[in-house]
Amino acid sequence: MSYALRRLTSLLVTLVVASVVVFVVVEVVPGDPASYMLGLNASPDTVQALRTELGLDQTGVARWFDWVSGMLVGDFGVSYTYRTDVASMVVDRIAVSVPLALLALMLAVLIAFPAGLVAASRRGGVADTGVMGFTQIGIAIPNFWFAMLLVLVFSVHLRWFPSGGFPGWEAGLWPALKALTLPAIALALPQAAILARVLRSSLLDTLGEDYIRTARAKGLSSRAALWKHALRNAMIPVLTIVGLQFSFLLAGAIIIENVFYLPGLGRLVFQAITSRDLVVVESVVMLLVFAVVLVTYLVDLAYAWVDPRLRR
Amino acid sequence: MSRLGPALGTLLVTVVLVTALISLVWTPFDVEQLNIGNKLQSPDATHWLGTDHFGRDILSMLMVGARLSLAVAMVAVGIGVGLGVPLGLLAAASPGSLVDEFVMRLNDLVFAFPALVIAILITAIHGPGAINAIIAIGIFNVPVFARLTRGAALSLWTREFVMAARVAGKGAARISVEHILPNLANLLIVQATIQFSLGILAEAGLSYVGLGAQPPLPSWGRMLAESQTLISISPHVAVFPGLAIVVTVLGLNLLGDSLRDRLDPRLSHER
Amino acid sequence: MSFRRHTLFWALLAAGVSSAFAARTDVTIGMVLEPPNLDPTGGAAAAIDEVVYANVFEGLTRFGPDGSVLPGLAESWTVSDDGMTYTFALHSGVAFHDGEAFTADDVAFSLDRARADDSTNAQKALFANIDTVEVIDDTTVNIHLLEPSGNLPFNLAWGDAVMVDAASADSLATAPVGTGPFRFERWVQGDRVEIVRNDNYWGEPVALEKASFRFISEPTAAFSAMMAGDVDAFPNFPAPENIPQFEADPRFNAIVGSTEGETILAMNNASPPLDNVLVRRAIAHAIDRSAIIDGAMFGFGTPIGTHFAPHHPDYVDLTEDSAFDPEAAKALLEEAGVEELTLSLKLPPPSYARRGGEIIASQLREVGINTDIENLEWAQWLEQVFKGKDFDLTIVSHTEPMDIGIYARPDYYFQYDNPVFQAIIEKLATETDAADRSTLLNAAQEMIAGDQVNAYLFQLAKTGVASVGLTGLWANSPTQANDLTGVSWEE
Repeated sequence: MSYALRRLTSLLVTLVVASVVVFVVVEVVPGDPASYMLGLNASPDTVQALRTELGLDQTGVARWFDWVSGMLVGDFGVSYTYRTDVASMVVDRIAVSVPLALLALMLAVLIAFPAGLVAASRRGGVADTGVMGFTQIGIAIPNFWFAMLLVLVFSVHLRWFPSGGFPGWEAGLWPALKALTLPAIALALPQAAILARVLRSSLLDTLGEDYIRTARAKGLSSRAALWKHALRNAMIPVLTIVGLQFSFLLAGAIIIENVFYLPGLGRLVFQAITSRDLVVVESVVMLLVFAVVLVTYLVDLAYAWVDPRLRR
Repeated sequence: MSRLGPALGTLLVTVVLVTALISLVWTPFDVEQLNIGNKLQSPDATHWLGTDHFGRDILSMLMVGARLSLAVAMVAVGIGVGLGVPLGLLAAASPGSLVDEFVMRLNDLVFAFPALVIAILITAIHGPGAINAIIAIGIFNVPVFARLTRGAALSLWTREFVMAARVAGKGAARISVEHILPNLANLLIVQATIQFSLGILAEAGLSYVGLGAQPPLPSWGRMLAESQTLISISPHVAVFPGLAIVVTVLGLNLLGDSLRDRLDPRLSHER
Repeated sequence: MSFRRHTLFWALLAAGVSSAFAARTDVTIGMVLEPPNLDPTGGAAAAIDEVVYANVFEGLTRFGPDGSVLPGLAESWTVSDDGMTYTFALHSGVAFHDGEAFTADDVAFSLDRARADDSTNAQKALFANIDTVEVIDDTTVNIHLLEPSGNLPFNLAWGDAVMVDAASADSLATAPVGTGPFRFERWVQGDRVEIVRNDNYWGEPVALEKASFRFISEPTAAFSAMMAGDVDAFPNFPAPENIPQFEADPRFNAIVGSTEGETILAMNNASPPLDNVLVRRAIAHAIDRSAIIDGAMFGFGTPIGTHFAPHHPDYVDLTEDSAFDPEAAKALLEEAGVEELTLSLKLPPPSYARRGGEIIASQLREVGINTDIENLEWAQWLEQVFKGKDFDLTIVSHTEPMDIGIYARPDYYFQYDNPVFQAIIEKLATETDAADRSTLLNAAQEMIAGDQVNAYLFQLAKTGVASVGLTGLWANSPTQANDLTGVSWEE
């Protein structure tokens, strides 16, 4: 329990420090949101009027305080460019980003598990060599390039999937899933490759351990041993990776969201940086940081629960 | 695989390195010379990999791009090793101390940030360019090496030869440099290879979104971005830069794996 | 949930059945940029007008597809003999989408709001000449000017001058309420805006029942969206290189026209050695326009020799005065005594600038001028180039119609300060005689070309594409708009 508390304190400290870092970094980004919004022919007093309206006249400290205290009660501020609640925008974007990350993760797991199991059970064999070769290539392919190729083949030529965009969940489950399929595949490939490798080596580790040898000496067939014991014990590092991959996918989909013009969190943050919508940048980055920190925390707790030695 | 991998890795990395080095003194064509009338030529005897939308020779651009990719990734790894290893050693020399705590929290902090978002912010502040790409990638290498060094060094501190050195009256700093560091070399080399290949991918991604090296310097990621609309007209323009990235990263990963097998038997079958 | 899914199912089925028998009444229009908000009176982004102009909002006057000024909410207007007062007769029976009636009071409110001190209207200059707006009765309004001008109907046709209602004015950014033939339905931020037919429209009803504007910034994504049929038309397709492919495809029509965008290599006239006209002329002669049009725009675009649209009747073709001539460029540089020149070239995101910049850099190198290319986002460009004037060269397309007047602003980013030119523009503002206006416009064009304020590259083409069967889209863009009032599907 005290371990959980200790980790929680450090989580909070990380969040507070992160909020300061995010705020400072974003505030020094050059470029004035007001002049961006008003364009080439605006007169200086018009720009000044808009700056006042947006509250850009206040000091940095005051705005940091407003921002953080607002976030604590769920008020993420109002977007400069869109003039709507950042919170409601974020909720809309999460409805795309989280399902996309989950779908990608699911695909990755679906590919990685059979691949990892086959590779581990036939260590050194043709299947192992093949799987390992594919995983090497999977890791080496830049996902945006893979995405370009997927679009070329599956939407431009075969027209099986839309080339991008998102119809919204209210358009029905199937159209929405269809829109997320290609991006999810592009995101899943490298993750599947990593996961398959982790699973394989983790299985080989457990298979080498004494109790498995004992079980096999007692007459347990090799396959049954693999399935029953090794897999369960090999799951811990694999689940850790899966957890980290989820938070990575949430934030790391920026480029893929741009290729497929999906209205997700990554694209929101990218556009917000370009248009100097500082409130949005700060809030979304903070949210992503929070997600990563929380997942890490939960993974740490799970580890400690499984292996008490880690509660140092 | 076990025999093929190292050989293939060495081969690919050598090819990329040699190409990059050759480009310093010679390329088939001038990469800054535009020839609009000669644009989008398919591969032939003159232009082995064809020409791009400005009529530039793609092979020459890939050669110069290799130099850039490798340089960016290499310096970024250098930053990671240069800052991360001393931090890790320092933390391991006094576990539980303020320094240790600071290093670990710094780790948590940097790991918590979405890397690409921060890279984009950095270039939004300082303007796009190769130097800023290096810094953005380098920052995220620091905690990787710090964490790795700390972990490995902690276990070394309990070993007999370190105990002996302590008894002999050597200070923590001296032990770290003379005894701990040499024993970490293999581990660091393996990790550096991995980070190097990740750096190549990261540079490609940053260039792809327009935040890497600026024209007229060719970079693989930007070549891909610029050729995107041409992929259905002249596929070669978008295929070759992508292949260049895959070949380089694949080569480095294979090399990294074989180095790991040879240098660090504890990790012989991947973590 | 299951109830909703059922209704949805039946609705979809019904839509499918009906569309099998009649022409389609919905359209999806692709756009590169998403509007930051939907209030055309509170932001400069062209994307705002591209969604709402003529569709959701209307002004007293409006632009037609050829750039002429047509009646809008005003049926007709007259000018007093001294040119100081305009009298507008408004249509009666017009209502805003929220049911509020549109009357002369709304005209006064809209115009006073746009020119107020705390107004955030991006084109306040349009209203600078208005002295007072006087309501005569519900359908008559007088606008009194400070100086006689023939420009008022033109100025009031801009998207920045549309009519809004006091009750909804503060929330236009996210919930636009106008008088147009379409009303705003919803905005899925980051993806699309949907508008639907306004059944209580005062004028000719439109053929479309529903229109969506989808925002696709990546040129590749735009291409595949068209190819995959996700989008019915892309009036400003971002990658001209793909237009021949669309032309070759029987499913599509390419719609190529002109825009009001003079694309120029702007030079910082206040920063040495660019304050020397010889150096500026050398740069202009070093540039091969045809290579730029071919290389950056894949052949789309008309060369220009001054800051004026070639399709305008008063255009003077001055391209020969700054024809491609590297030898002349070198001689001019020598005459100016300039050697070893390195200039910064700051490029905003559009591909005409990024690609054109690389080509220009290579052409300038041929005459011995080096450039440092820096690719900027718009926010950085506005800060550094437009506001900070910290640049030597930049490429940008000036898309406002009839904007030669910017050369009369000495503090404008390229910093051209010529009192003679300023006098011409001043005279032009009050000149109402057509022939005299022509003479003045010709003089203005020749003066900035003679001083070679900037290097004039080409008039930006409007490269659009639409599915076969979709008719009524504008070929040209006299203003930034996607006017859907005349758009329909052929049977």
